[in-house]
Amino acid sequence: MTIAIHVKDLTRRFGDLVAVDQISFDIELGEIFGLLGPNGAGKTTTLSMLSTTLEPTSGTATVMGIDISRDQDGVRKAIGIVFQDQSLDEELTAWENMDFHGRLYRIPKEIRLQRIDELLRLVELFDRRNDIVKTFSGGMRRRLEIARGLLHHPSVLFLDEPTLGLDPQTRNHLWEYIETLAKEKNITIILTTHYMEEADRLCNRIAIIDHGKIIALDTPTRLKDSIGGDVVTIQSPDTAGIATALAAPWINRMETHDGEVILSLKNAEQHLSTIVTRLNEEKIPITSISVHKPTLEDVFLSFTGKTIREQDMNKRDSMRMHFRMMRH
Amino acid sequence: MDIVYTIWLRSMKRYVRSKSRIVGSIAMPLFLLVFLGFGLNSVVSTTSLGQQYVMFLVPGMVAMSVLFTSVFSGIQIIWDKQFGFLKETLIAPVSRLEIMFGQTVGGATTAVIQGIILMVLAVLLGMRINNPIGFFIALGFMILVGISFTAFGIAIASRMEDMTGFQLIMNFVVFPLFGLSGALFPISSLPGWLEPITLIDPLTYGVEGIRYGLTGVSQINPVISAAVIAGFAVAMTGIGAYLFRKVSL
Repeated sequence: MTIAIHVKDLTRRFGDLVAVDQISFDIELGEIFGLLGPNGAGKTTTLSMLSTTLEPTSGTATVMGIDISRDQDGVRKAIGIVFQDQSLDEELTAWENMDFHGRLYRIPKEIRLQRIDELLRLVELFDRRNDIVKTFSGGMRRRLEIARGLLHHPSVLFLDEPTLGLDPQTRNHLWEYIETLAKEKNITIILTTHYMEEADRLCNRIAIIDHGKIIALDTPTRLKDSIGGDVVTIQSPDTAGIATALAAPWINRMETHDGEVILSLKNAEQHLSTIVTRLNEEKIPITSISVHKPTLEDVFLSFTGKTIREQDMNKRDSMRMHFRMMRH
Repeated sequence: MDIVYTIWLRSMKRYVRSKSRIVGSIAMPLFLLVFLGFGLNSVVSTTSLGQQYVMFLVPGMVAMSVLFTSVFSGIQIIWDKQFGFLKETLIAPVSRLEIMFGQTVGGATTAVIQGIILMVLAVLLGMRINNPIGFFIALGFMILVGISFTAFGIAIASRMEDMTGFQLIMNFVVFPLFGLSGALFPISSLPGWLEPITLIDPLTYGVEGIRYGLTGVSQINPVISAAVIAGFAVAMTGIGAYLFRKVSL
């Protein structure tokens, strides 16, 4: 096993706020590694530190064996990065954006010209290479940024929320590109996302991050297995009653959350009639009942007690409060 | 050097494509030249100038177009910040100094081209350059003014988050620099108390130098002008580079 990225006790504080709190993990060579968490969980801060644009408060990390604090240029040469916000020059053409990047990374002319053509073909923008970026759609811009990030043949590619703000179709398309890339270029990819399906589909391993801490790290399959089987969600006005009525050894986990009771159990289909009968006997009304295979959303909920969307909302509210306070 | 060239190349590409900006920034000095120049030509006494007022005004307007274009070019870094492109530049394994020099050279080049365009228009309006050496002297001063104020713009942009302060800088810093520089009137015609203020305005030396080149007459010794504006260019580049180094992503 070879390590592409090694992170040890990495911490970043902004005043009183601990944005990233002593996180440690290793990413293997050739892996697609996901940092999954709500907005403001510390994903981008982690990525910024690993890409040397932000200095850690404490802790260490290496990228391809290069220390992020000691040799910033070394790290920068080894990585390609696609930022969360667009970073193209809209007044230039696709080709010129690529060329600018190639020159900045001092790629010799012949290799540069050849790679630009090859990468523009890979992301299917070759026919549009002489068009001004201003005329490009969101998905095309993203593809161009990915192609640009690969131009200097980095060992590790950083993707910060690669599909944020894109429509579902474009997102699917982009996922295919990323998968192809990982296979064809044999490149290590670290991506941040707050889309569960994205992490599930693309990543070999996922670190779930919340409030600056890694709360779980494993393959998507094993994370979902940790739930303890299928997920049964019962909506009812009497959630407390359900908890007592359904105490049974075949239920692995039971949580009450927001007017719902969420059960985890193996072979849920077989037990469904038992559950409904039991609740009827106890005269507990059921508004709705549903069964699904566990998703990363369930994993996040079981580890944090909140859904990722609720966490997002909380963060947004506190941000708003923060800004309001700043203004006064 | 290759990085400076890369950034310069981008500035040039953007400049050539921004037709409206080229026309827009030439319009103001050209209109001033026509309106003030021809309007006041017969009113202003020519004895103190040694030439027609409209011809006196040409170097001032050339300096004006160089000044405004270069400040604007420098300040454009704020757009790069807002549109995210600055990240792409700053994450690359190159030094901040190279990036800053590239921006400065690029901005100064566009400013000097704007100045030359105005000069050509002035020739069409009847200006005569006495000798070709004079043109190159003027060009040298234009380059120094361009470098100084692009670096000035970069310094300002490094400390600003968005374009909201832009008008403030233009109205309270750039315009007074221009107004006090002797671009519109001979320094000697000012009241005594205002003259020292004019003499601490670095642009005065740029205008005087360009005027010496184009008309052969100036109120400040061109060697002194060259020394002052060159010193100012070096100082501004230093300050700009220092502040740009501190820009965080």
